Amino acid sequence: MQALTSRAKPVDRKPMTFLEKLYVWSIFKGMMITLRHLFKKKATISYPEEKRPFSPVFRGLHILNRDEEGRERCTACGLCALACPAEAITMEAAERLPGEENLYREEKYAAKYEINMLRCIFCGLCEEACPKDAVYLSETFAPSNYQRKGFIYGKQDLLIPNPKDNPGEYWKAVGNRKANKEQSN
Amino acid sequence: MHSALLAIDLFLVIEKLVLIVGIVSISLVIAMYETYAERKVAAFIQDRRGPNRAGPFGILQPLADGLKLFMKEEIIPNTSNRFLFILGPCLAMLAAMMTSAVIPWGGTLNVFGREVNLQIADINIGILYVFGVVSMGVYGIMIGGWASNNKFSLMAALRGASQVISYELPMGLSLIALLMLTGSLKMSEIVGQQIDSWYNVLYQPLGFFIFLVCAFAECNRTPFDLPEAENELNFGYHQEYSSMKLGFYLFAEYINMFISSVVMATLFWGGYDIPFVNDASLTGMGNWLVLLQGLSLFIKVAIFIFVFMWVRWTIPRFRYDQLMNLGWKALIPLSLVNMIVTAAIVLLKTNGWKF
Ligand code: SF4
Ligand code: SF4
Repeated sequence: MQALTSRAKPVDRKPMTFLEKLYVWSIFKGMMITLRHLFKKKATISYPEEKRPFSPVFRGLHILNRDEEGRERCTACGLCALACPAEAITMEAAERLPGEENLYREEKYAAKYEINMLRCIFCGLCEEACPKDAVYLSETFAPSNYQRKGFIYGKQDLLIPNPKDNPGEYWKAVGNRKANKEQSN
Repeated sequence: MHSALLAIDLFLVIEKLVLIVGIVSISLVIAMYETYAERKVAAFIQDRRGPNRAGPFGILQPLADGLKLFMKEEIIPNTSNRFLFILGPCLAMLAAMMTSAVIPWGGTLNVFGREVNLQIADINIGILYVFGVVSMGVYGIMIGGWASNNKFSLMAALRGASQVISYELPMGLSLIALLMLTGSLKMSEIVGQQIDSWYNVLYQPLGFFIFLVCAFAECNRTPFDLPEAENELNFGYHQEYSSMKLGFYLFAEYINMFISSVVMATLFWGGYDIPFVNDASLTGMGNWLVLLQGLSLFIKVAIFIFVFMWVRWTIPRFRYDQLMNLGWKALIPLSLVNMIVTAAIVLLKTNGWKF
């Protein structure tokens, strides 16, 4: 049979000599290797204190965006739900009443907007589908929970903090990814 | 006269009791921190950091582990022999602790004008006593495996017992060669001779090496941890054990490791002698010298314990036939040769041949 690589070596099946049977020399060699590793730089990252930098295209949990005046951008058009390959998004639309103009940007808004984070595959297609720039994926990744229902994120979990009341939190939630994207646009 | 005798005895009793309590608690604490050290060494060898969350650098980790073991549900299998089931871990623990009685931990302290020997019992058959007690450790394994009423536990116990017994032979043989040199079974005298001249390891390098390998096997440490083999056979003779009874077995293993390190340091590396320093010139330091000597013993022990761990995290365990081949076909002949050569040299020397 022809070897698959040029580096293939036949296995040495010679019976071991007495010295080899004592294993001492090879054990000693192995111990020198582990001794070297003892002083090597550790690969561990102490997670909560120290975070690995994300790649600029990292896709984490969703965020429902607001505009500069703090109004929700989503108009409950359902395009994100349609685009979603995992069928993770459901929503219920409602009509904006007079006097609610400061809350919702469009005449129709999402009264209920849920993403099931267990179904979601974080593909980002919802973000691409959205005509209103209302949903995008942030840099936080899915936290743990004891119950499955804890993974169904409603509007209160998804909505970004209001930029007018709470600009610090808002810009934190916007994160690097969104900012980078805006720059490149 | 009568009352004076009584008073002296009382002092002796108190002295020994304090020594016993001290040494037992020291061994327990050391065994505790061996578990921590083991995890740290393993982590560092594998380029990790090891436990570092409980307290600074994870110093409190052993306490957390112990607490966890205590909180676990205590299960005694229905079909087991209850008495033996409980006796097993107790025996393992007992055998592990008892050996420390004959170890000389240091010179003589001077406490309130009294000479206090840092050795619980300076008996003249010290090393034989160690061997007697160590081989009792097999009973802990056997009884535990048998009482579980589980064929896998029993098989693991047999595996363990046969391993321990086969490695006791080369251990004893290498020791005979050493005893021919020292001419005494008394631990304190063996140490005394080494303080005055060279360490025994210089006369008996092969003997020491065989002793080291056998100590690995006696403590069921990798590469000889077949009685446990937790990841490929079943968990071992303590498969049915849970909670603190399991903790006792694991703990006994760590104490065994500590004790065998102490025995090796005492027999071959000069015990509490401070290396490269002539201890006799330091007697002016009084009690401080004794403490320094104790410290030097503990440093030697720590090095041995580190070697134990280093080996464990370097090499995989042997197959059972390799284990038996190594024991019977390599170590026993080697130790026999070592013994005969030593005997010949001792004979030649005593007959007046100068070297
Ligand atoms: S990221 Fe992909 S899977 Fe997740 S909700 Fe958006 S479209 Fe669906
Ligand atoms: S998030 Fe965007 S795509 Fe989805 S319903 Fe709202 S506006 Fe439409």
